[in-house]
Amino acid sequence: MLILSLETWQITFFSIAVGLASTLLILPFGIAVAWLFARKEWPLKSMVETVVLLPLVMPPVSTGLILLKIFGRRSPVGQWLYDRGVEIVFNWKGVLIAMAVMSFPLLVRSVRTSFAEVNPRLEQIAATLGASGLRIFFVITVPLAFRGIVAGGLLAFSRALGEFGATILLAGNIPGRTQTLSLAIFNFVQLGKDREAYTLLAITVIIAFVFVWSSEWLLRSGKKY
Amino acid sequence: MKPRIAGKPGAALLAIMLVASLAGRARADEILIAAAASLTDVLKEIGSIYRVGSKRKVNFTFGSSSMLARQIDEGAPADIFFSADLPQMDNLDKKGRLEPGTRKNLLSNTLVIVVPADSKLTLSSPKDLLKPEVKRIALAQPSSVPVGSYSSKYLADEGLWNQVKPKVIPVQDVRATLAAVESGNVEAGFVYKTDAAVSKKVTAVYEVPIHKGPQITYPIAIVKESKKKKAARHFLSFVVGPAAKERFKKHGFILLE
Repeated sequence: MLILSLETWQITFFSIAVGLASTLLILPFGIAVAWLFARKEWPLKSMVETVVLLPLVMPPVSTGLILLKIFGRRSPVGQWLYDRGVEIVFNWKGVLIAMAVMSFPLLVRSVRTSFAEVNPRLEQIAATLGASGLRIFFVITVPLAFRGIVAGGLLAFSRALGEFGATILLAGNIPGRTQTLSLAIFNFVQLGKDREAYTLLAITVIIAFVFVWSSEWLLRSGKKY
Repeated sequence: MKPRIAGKPGAALLAIMLVASLAGRARADEILIAAAASLTDVLKEIGSIYRVGSKRKVNFTFGSSSMLARQIDEGAPADIFFSADLPQMDNLDKKGRLEPGTRKNLLSNTLVIVVPADSKLTLSSPKDLLKPEVKRIALAQPSSVPVGSYSSKYLADEGLWNQVKPKVIPVQDVRATLAAVESGNVEAGFVYKTDAAVSKKVTAVYEVPIHKGPQITYPIAIVKESKKKKAARHFLSFVVGPAAKERFKKHGFILLE
């Protein structure tokens, strides 16, 4: 059990790499959207909020089907990308997009709550002292909401790592190319190879443990201010 | 201020994407075969034999036949479709998604009745399913899953369906059927012969004769939009050749032809 096959290492490494890339990719957008939701009001805001949160409630397979429709060669978007040699479907970029779309709502929800908990008076005081909006955001708001941002990023990464339904539809289940831990576990269960499935499950648990633990540690050490 | 905050994650993101792209890169001459999940083991073997002999690598994406057909229909870049289900192939054929003249009905499978390996029941014919000791029979959902509809149709042809029906526990798929039998929660179940062969915790007690059972077919074809048709044809001719046939047989498939 301890000596993992090359294939297992590849799957593990690939899942973590794309999961991290997906989380880092959505982090700036997630923070921006969460801040807008927490601090700004505009007509039909609740509609926009609902649309952003939709992937959270929809069955992942249906989200995957929509993504397949958007990025498949039959759609204008897919055709445009295809003409430029960009492949999404049955490609690792498909894994990245599926993970990003499915984990985005979790990031936004978590970060939004932490922004809402930042006392607006502190921001107002900074403004009266002459700080620009951007400066206030980075010096006051983000540091105070730091725990929520880390927690949101962690949640997003965990969701990305566990992503299955949207990934298999958009990126396929190609060993060595798009197969993530979740897809490989599913494949092994289907084939009745319980041992291999449990090995990958153990790896998933270890990764989850390391990430949750290190974020706890990070948050504790960052409590100084 | 701003560049410092955007810079670090940006660089990390770039590095990760680079690594991920190296891990997931496909060479231009590598073809992709969309194949039914039940073919995973045998095709991985055939793929590696082919690689040794021809120095060409092939990739597979495994899933349910209906999902793969859906993806190909949306223009997913698969070069070959290997289905476990005839209607899915027919569907793509009707829509003009297959390369004309490349379609072949390659494999077949048979239905078997399985019981838990430690079962003391003696089942030697489908009629024995009517015995009172057989209380529950696991079957993949007859209304939607091919193996389930094949099984119920077979029992109907034998004139047993109406009596067996109250004992039937409909489950999700072949795997769920095997799991139910393995656990001993049902006395018997219907699965494909190739699936029964994988599990050590079940015994196949009865194989439905191929002429009596429903026609189970695994068709293969080249996808019309494939950009690597020459490589696809090369692999296809290998799959119908003697070395591949021997592997299929070893896994319990029946070769049509």
